[in-house]
Amino acid sequence: MTTETQVHERNLVRFAADKPEVIVFSGDLTGSTEIKAFKEAYPDRFFSLGMAEQNMMSWAGGMAREGFLPHVHTFAVFMYRRALDQIEMSIAYPNLRVRMFGFLPGITTPGGVSHQAIDDIAVLRGVPNLTIFETGDATDIESILDLAHGVDGPVYVRMLRKEVPRLFPADHPTRFDTVRVVSEGGSTGSDVALVTSGISTEEAMRATAYLTSKGVSVEHLHAATLKPFTDEQVIQSAARSRYGVLTAENHTTIGGLGTCVAELLAQHGTAAKLRKLGLFDTYAHGASHQYLMKEYNLDAISIVRAVEEMVGESFGVSEEEMATVRLSDFAAAGQLDAL
Amino acid sequence: MGTLQESVRTTLDIETIAHGIRRRALDLTIQKNGCYLSQALSSADILALLYGKLLNIGPSAAPEIPQPFPGVPRPGFHPLGADYNGLREPHHDRLLLSAAHYAVAVYAALVEVGRMSPDGLAQFNEDGSSVEMIGGEHSPGMELTTGSFGQALSQAGGIALARRLRGDTGRVYVFMSDGEFEEGQTYEGVQASVHYQLDNVTVFVDVNGQQVDGAIDDVMRIEPLADRLEGFGAAVQVVDGHDIEAIERAAAAEHTGKPLFVLCYTDTARGVPLLNERKPYLHYVRFKSDAEKRQFAEFLATM
Repeated sequence: MTTETQVHERNLVRFAADKPEVIVFSGDLTGSTEIKAFKEAYPDRFFSLGMAEQNMMSWAGGMAREGFLPHVHTFAVFMYRRALDQIEMSIAYPNLRVRMFGFLPGITTPGGVSHQAIDDIAVLRGVPNLTIFETGDATDIESILDLAHGVDGPVYVRMLRKEVPRLFPADHPTRFDTVRVVSEGGSTGSDVALVTSGISTEEAMRATAYLTSKGVSVEHLHAATLKPFTDEQVIQSAARSRYGVLTAENHTTIGGLGTCVAELLAQHGTAAKLRKLGLFDTYAHGASHQYLMKEYNLDAISIVRAVEEMVGESFGVSEEEMATVRLSDFAAAGQLDAL
Repeated sequence: MGTLQESVRTTLDIETIAHGIRRRALDLTIQKNGCYLSQALSSADILALLYGKLLNIGPSAAPEIPQPFPGVPRPGFHPLGADYNGLREPHHDRLLLSAAHYAVAVYAALVEVGRMSPDGLAQFNEDGSSVEMIGGEHSPGMELTTGSFGQALSQAGGIALARRLRGDTGRVYVFMSDGEFEEGQTYEGVQASVHYQLDNVTVFVDVNGQQVDGAIDDVMRIEPLADRLEGFGAAVQVVDGHDIEAIERAAAAEHTGKPLFVLCYTDTARGVPLLNERKPYLHYVRFKSDAEKRQFAEFLATM
């Protein structure tokens, strides 16, 4: 695994180069949402809307009606919480091509409850006409602008920033409403089907590597499209799991990825136990990333422990042991099965 | 249709249109036993001036009798009630209705200037009709969906900025109600329109002083409105909203580099003095008895 920085910042400049209709809105967070390079490259297409998010969302709707393609950037909480009615009435109802980039998903910020978007997917999945993506690595981020561009309607992207892992090969872009098979469980099915999104995927890859070494087979799927959520791969993986399905997400367990999976399984009548990891109906607070990952059971060890309970075995996993896994690198991300 | 639109109307013509808006709104109120009547009465002169003279728009591009509700916007499909205001050409003006509760006044204005058939107005608030009570962008004359207050000014800002970037010469007119100046977003919209120096925007505000719970002064004061807006850096004109020539002069005021707000102070019982005794509870007029309904019907016959 390699770590890359400012992936969205570079990608946005590339993406917009041959699309003069692409404009960018900043809510006084230009550096914080990786749009500084865009501002420098295309100053005429950059618009500062200040700390006035309700106005910013409606303004974006107005410009989209006139044929521009607004790419609105701010922290996610200031969009879906402060300006939900504006998203619904000025953008989603008229099905306008506005792209909303919500930064600081879940506990990825030490900024505390006011900055942590823990229920954005739950809130926005109910909004008609809206397509929702979540990024989990550099390849997701590089794919997302082009993916969104193909959507005739509004798009919300749960976006990562600064240092992000490259979990998936850059030449295998993320596909629309298609989960990525991160690891296959084996020819006769898996012990556990693991479905993850966002930053939980990196943790899950670590957990999978550990579990595989203990003889537990895990079929791991990574989801970057959360609405729509219809890929039958999820059904198939669930159906051939011996102990059921585990979901892990950097979001409340009500209304996010776990709920997407639950709905899909129920609709197909797939009988599989479902266990959801995430924030258990709670707000978080301000602290370091590592601290919060552990406190809220979002880290690799928490995934391992959940799987232990599902399969009825205990491997006595320790921090030290997981740290070893962390070091045994994922450089060959596509060859995780070999671990 | 729309032939009268091209000619310059006299004040008398505008007054005739305004009278027609009031008469049609009262007629609907009686027929349907309920309507946003007071809004039509207070705004009739403003809308008559807009549709009768101020707006530089092309002939209607929509059927005289509106099609039934065509479904909500979705990929590849976007119903546009604004087609009643003509095609959206670069040199043409736009009218954006912010307070969608005034839909009936817009519908009646469309009938008065020959852009919609009276039979279309008769569909008002009928199930399955696009001539809805609080219309959306599928409703005749409407370009935005604005029943949730305070959002049109921001959308208008986006539209006006886009039009400026594109080099359009047409103006963006916004019609607002005074109650919307209780909403925080309104001030965000004013702030941003001033920041971007949107002098292609003119906002008419129907300052009728009333809202659902009663008089605005009792519910949540918004005065001094002109001072507030001037404080934000907007150009402001204050007029008697029933003095058509005064509104027209105010709309022509110089406002280079600034959006223009024309504050039209109005009376919610204008033209139907019977309503005075109901003040200040006039948000939605419904008759309480057959006798009262008859009283208004007799008055209508004299209009």
